[in-house]
Amino acid sequence: MAQHRKLAMSLSVLCMGLGQMYNRQYFKGIVMLLFYLTGIYFIITVLPFGMWALTTLGEQSDHLEKVGRVYVNVRGDHSIFLLVQGIIILLASVVVVVLYTLNIRDAYVVGRLREKGVHANRIGQTLRRITTERFPQLVLSVPLLLVVFFTVMPILFMILLAFTNFSFPNFLPPAKLVDWTGFKSFQDMFNVKAWSSTFYGVTLWTLIWTVCATVTIFVSGFAVALLVQMQGIRFKAFWRTLFIIPYAIPQFISLLIMKNMFNGQFGPINQYLKYFGLSGLPWLTDPFWAKVTVIIVNMWIGFPITMLMIIGLLSTIPKDLYEASEIDGASGWQQFKAITFPSIMFAFGPLLVMSFAGNINNFNLIYLLTNGTPANANYKFAGDTDILITWLYNLTLTNGKYNFASVIGLFIFVLIASFAIWNLRRTKAFKEEDGM
Amino acid sequence: MRSKRVRNITKLTLGYLGLIIIAIGCIYPALWVIMSSFRPGTALYSNSLIPSAFTLEHYRELFEKYPYGQWFLNTVKISVFTMIFTTIIVTLTGYVFSKFRFYGRRQLMLGLLVIGMFPGFMSMIAIYILLLQLKLLDTHLALIIVYSSGASMGFLYVKSFFDTIPNSLLEAAKIDGASHWIVFSRIMLPLSKPMLVFVALTSFSGGFVDFIFANMVLSDSSKLTLAVGLFKMVKIKFATEFTVFAAGCVLVAIPITALFIFLQRYLIVGLTAGAEKG
Repeated sequence: MAQHRKLAMSLSVLCMGLGQMYNRQYFKGIVMLLFYLTGIYFIITVLPFGMWALTTLGEQSDHLEKVGRVYVNVRGDHSIFLLVQGIIILLASVVVVVLYTLNIRDAYVVGRLREKGVHANRIGQTLRRITTERFPQLVLSVPLLLVVFFTVMPILFMILLAFTNFSFPNFLPPAKLVDWTGFKSFQDMFNVKAWSSTFYGVTLWTLIWTVCATVTIFVSGFAVALLVQMQGIRFKAFWRTLFIIPYAIPQFISLLIMKNMFNGQFGPINQYLKYFGLSGLPWLTDPFWAKVTVIIVNMWIGFPITMLMIIGLLSTIPKDLYEASEIDGASGWQQFKAITFPSIMFAFGPLLVMSFAGNINNFNLIYLLTNGTPANANYKFAGDTDILITWLYNLTLTNGKYNFASVIGLFIFVLIASFAIWNLRRTKAFKEEDGM
Repeated sequence: MRSKRVRNITKLTLGYLGLIIIAIGCIYPALWVIMSSFRPGTALYSNSLIPSAFTLEHYRELFEKYPYGQWFLNTVKISVFTMIFTTIIVTLTGYVFSKFRFYGRRQLMLGLLVIGMFPGFMSMIAIYILLLQLKLLDTHLALIIVYSSGASMGFLYVKSFFDTIPNSLLEAAKIDGASHWIVFSRIMLPLSKPMLVFVALTSFSGGFVDFIFANMVLSDSSKLTLAVGLFKMVKIKFATEFTVFAAGCVLVAIPITALFIFLQRYLIVGLTAGAEKG
């Protein structure tokens, strides 16, 4: 009688669902048994292939084979497909193993309850328990599975690519095989002069760009918000609506429009400058001015969001603070310095850090506006306005240097993740609130 | 007293002047494209902002030479489904993270946020192969799945919003015997309308804006979305067809811009949900 838990657990270790049946949860046991059988079938049939695929990345490239009297071209193994299949099989196996462990734990827990003389739950009770006590897990299961297969799987794939020689033209499947090369891509990135100088140059500009972009958007958004909310200004909603326009126009359209407006030869901006007797500027063709243009356009697109947020936050500052300071004879500037700015910074801090992280990866802006141009002869596959993320894009989609691109991707990820974790741990939304 | 009034008037005048200058800066690019779309000819260059003659030729061309109407329908279809799935997933995820305490919750939240910061299209190759194996390439379903699958990683704003709804409300309902599902659908959802509108609006416009994934997945000309179609138009015959492109842009921008402007008060609620509450 006292040994229910051990027996149930051992049965479940032996075969999923047996322990549940022993605990007289027949319906649950049968469902688990069926799952177990498919799982075992899957593991026996596919897992060895997955492991082979992951370790070797294929053994046979395209080759000629003699069939009768003629040689025919036989398709070899496609290393990259094998890599993806391997990861998927591995992840699916992990899901099976996790469920298997849960099954053992369940058999143990129910067995212990039976020892205490409690009847095991019937299927109806079990289902009810899942929708009440296990509500969070039930709700999260589908979104998490989607994330595992559409986000985690690709990330694993990308991380693994950094340790291969997958690149154009010598290691490009299906004609050629790809091999594991360990840390060679990392070494090349930092030791080969052409790569390392591009890497440092692009990283430096990425950091400058991120700081400038975040600061200009914040300052301009803040200033416009204060202007709109200034005492005595009428039709506040009307002005606010006008200023939302740059944010509301789909970004890829406004960026392509901007590209044309700043066109050095035909663009209207230079036309107007000439109209006033000034010589036009090489907005997009000179390395320095192209960088300035990128920052200006980013400010134009980005300031409305900050403005909206700050207008929202301004209304949360208690009015009596201002009234009290007025009685004490504080000037407008003093009020701003002592009340408005600190309150906004307190609330806006986490969002500012998030937008900093977002700007590091502001792909659309650079890609659509300049596409990295003007070209830089000293750089490997990058131009003067290329940031890390657009350089990475060029490396993969136009130049096929996948292994180097993965090294950069990892670098960006580590940069942003450490930054974001450090920031999030300090914000209130993340600190442990009082339990319910 | 009088000097103070003079100062106030100059301050206001300067304020209005600033507002007008910014307003011109905001509207001018939009105006320029609208005017270009009505200008005869195909050139980017023009002597003045307002064309000397107006024509609707480019709009007609858009529908005759390109499957523009079809593109529009495709985009709306993809965006609507993405919006529905994304809103459901994000809202439920944010709700669970906000109002439930369970094992591994903090680690899960941190993990999701960090994964969400990975450069999106680094996953393109892997997703391409996955879609190829699922035989989903060149289908709209693939785009809907890809757009919606990452939705749960954007839970933070929704969670912050739900955090502001007092727990006592939920407990009262539970004492009355309401199930989790009833509490969520009858109490939480009605209270979170601004957040829902914000999430729905941003995810809906996502389908109109993305061209990187859409460009990779879709290849058949009749299946393209507006973003991809217009982008290809620019890439291939940019120099010769600028005014047609401008007409295309105007037609995409009008509905999205109108939505954002109509729903701006929800935007403020959604955008400030991530801020620290003092």
